[in-house]
Amino acid sequence: MITMLTDNTSTVETTHQQASPASEVAETSAMETRGIHAWFGKNHVLRNVSLQFPTNSVTGLIGPSGCGKSTFLRLLNRMHEFIPTAAMAGEVFLDGQDIYRPGAAAAELRLRVGMVFQKPNPFPSMTIQQNVLAGPTLSKTKVADKKDLVEDCLTRAGLWKEVKDRLDAYGSSLSGGQQQRLCIARALAVRPDVLLMDEPCSALDPGSTLRIEETIHELSESMTIVIVTHNMQQAARVSDYCAFFLSEDGPGHLVEAGLTSMIFSNPSDQRTADYVQGRFG
Amino acid sequence: MTTTFIPDTLVKPARPWRRTHRSTLAMLGFMVLAGLSSTGIVAVTGLAGPLGWYVAFVFSLAVLGFLGSFFRDRVVAVDLFATVLICTAFMTVLIPWVSIFYSVIKRGAPAFYKGYLTTDMLVTSSGEALNLGGLSHAIVGTLLMLTIASLICIPLGIIAAIYIVEIKGRFAGVVRFLTQAMSGVPSIVAGLFIYSTLVILVFHSFSGIAGACALAILMLPTVTRTAEEVLKLVPDHLRAASYALGASQTQTTFKVVLPSVRSGLITASVLGLARVAGETAPLLLTSGYFIKLTTNVRNGAIGSLPTYIFSTLGAGTTESVTRAWGGACVLLALILILFIGARSLGGRNKGR
Repeated sequence: MITMLTDNTSTVETTHQQASPASEVAETSAMETRGIHAWFGKNHVLRNVSLQFPTNSVTGLIGPSGCGKSTFLRLLNRMHEFIPTAAMAGEVFLDGQDIYRPGAAAAELRLRVGMVFQKPNPFPSMTIQQNVLAGPTLSKTKVADKKDLVEDCLTRAGLWKEVKDRLDAYGSSLSGGQQQRLCIARALAVRPDVLLMDEPCSALDPGSTLRIEETIHELSESMTIVIVTHNMQQAARVSDYCAFFLSEDGPGHLVEAGLTSMIFSNPSDQRTADYVQGRFG
Repeated sequence: MTTTFIPDTLVKPARPWRRTHRSTLAMLGFMVLAGLSSTGIVAVTGLAGPLGWYVAFVFSLAVLGFLGSFFRDRVVAVDLFATVLICTAFMTVLIPWVSIFYSVIKRGAPAFYKGYLTTDMLVTSSGEALNLGGLSHAIVGTLLMLTIASLICIPLGIIAAIYIVEIKGRFAGVVRFLTQAMSGVPSIVAGLFIYSTLVILVFHSFSGIAGACALAILMLPTVTRTAEEVLKLVPDHLRAASYALGASQTQTTFKVVLPSVRSGLITASVLGLARVAGETAPLLLTSGYFIKLTTNVRNGAIGSLPTYIFSTLGAGTTESVTRAWGGACVLLALILILFIGARSLGGRNKGR
C-alpha cells in the first residue's frame, strides 16, 4: 500500500519537501499553517509550526505524548479557543484566507473543517439518524433529501449495512467502533473539505480500527484528512504525508515533514529515525 | 488430563455469587436471637414500648455480632454483622417515613366520602358532619397556583442554571451566590415581600397570582441549583462535538445539552414544586384563604390545600381536625402523583 501511495503522489513530492519553511501557498494545498505557536496560560506548548496539507491527501501527525499534535490539530478548526487560558500566534490558511482574521466566523469554518474525536461521542439524546443529521440541524443548514444524506454518510463511514434497519435506535446502543464510525458519518454530513481526526482509533479494537482505516482511505479521494495517531503502523498504512512533532522538554515543534514513505524509510533527521523505529517515545 | 463430558442440555444456569440458603438462615437466626434478647432486655430493664425494644434490638445486634466473631470465621462474622447493621439502619430510616404516612392516612381517612374531592366549603362550616362539604376549592387553588409558579419559575431557574454553567458569564459567581442566599430566605419573608409589593400596590387585594409569585420565589433556588448540578453532569466532549459541527452556543445548549439531561431537568422542576406545594405562611399573606371554588386567580382570595389544613385545624372541633388530616392526605397524594407523573415523563427517553 505504501509503495502504491508513493507512486501516486510522487509528483507533489518536491512541493512538500519545502513544507517546513513554507513561504507561499501551494496550488494544491487545501490548508496551510504559517508560524503557528500555542500557549496554555504561560506554558508555551507549540513553537513555530509551518505545514501544508495537500488537497485530497492524508497527513499523519506523529510524535510522543505531549508534543502538541492534538493542540496543533485543534488550532486548525478553532477548537483550541474553547480552553479559557489558550492563546496562539501565526496564521492558518484555508483557501488562501486566514481563519483567524478579524471577523472570521468560527462556526462557519467548522462546517468546512470537520473533526472526529479520540473518544466516540454520539449525542445520547439522539437516534442514529438524528446523530448523522445533527450537523445540518445544529448549523441550520437546509437538507433537500434527509434520507439520502443519512444513507450516503453512513455508507461512506462504512456503517450503513450494520445500522440500516435500526436508524431510530439510540446512538449509545452501538458498539464503540460503530459509535466512532457514526461520529465520522456525523462529521461528513456537513460536507467538509477537511476532516481532522484526533486519534480516532485509540479506543477501538483491531477490527474496528481496520474498518476506519479503510474509511479514511476512501474518504481521502474527496477530502483532505489530517490524522493524529500514536500508532506508527497506522500512520504508515493510512497517510500520504507525515509530520513528526517533538517537545524535547520545551514547546513542541515540527522536526520533519514529508512523504510518509520518506519519513519511514529515509528520514533526514536522526530523531525521526529513532522515533519511527521505536527507539524512544 | 481427562475432562468429563457434560452434555449442554444438562448444564443448568446457576448464580454461585448469590447468598446461600445456609447463610440466609444464619442471618435470620442472628436476628431472631437479637429479637429474643431484646425482648428479655425490655422485660428486665426500664426500657419500654416499641421504641425501647428497637433500641435494645440494635444493641443486641451489636453485642451478638461482637460475640459471634470469636466463634466463627472472623470475616464471615463481620460480613454478617455489617449486613444486618445496614438492613437495620435502612429500617430505622423507614420508621419516620412509614409513621408519617400511617398517621396521615389513618387520621385523614374518616374525612373522605363520595363528594370530598368535588364539593367546596361554601355552605358547610368546618365543624359540621363529615359527609358535607369538601376541598375542591383547595385542590383547584393549589393546582392553579402551582401551575403559575412553575410557569414563572422553571424557565427562570433553568435559564439561570444555563447562565452559570453554559455561558459562564461574568456574573455567574454572583448569580450562584444570590441563589444560594435565596434558598435561606424564610418562606414568610417571601410572603411579606409579595404582600408589600404585589398585594398592596398592584392587586389591592389577595390574589392567586400573588400567591404563585411568592411560591415561585421559594421554588427558584431549588430549581436553579438542581438544574445547575444536572447541567454540570453533561460531559464536555458532547459540547465539543457540537461545536465541531459548526453549531452556535445557542444551538449547542438547546439541541444537545438540554435534551441529554431532560429527565434531570424534570426532576429539578418536581423538586421545586414539592418544596413549595406545602408552603402555608406565604399563602396566608398573599392568596389568603377562600371557601368557595374559584378559578379567578387575579383578584380576591383563593383556596389552597395548606391554608385549608391551617384553617380547619384552627377551628378545633373533632370534625374540623379530621378535615385537616384529610387535607394533608390529599396534599401528600398530590405530590406523589406529581412525582410519578414527572418520572414517567422523563423516563420515556432512554438518553440521559
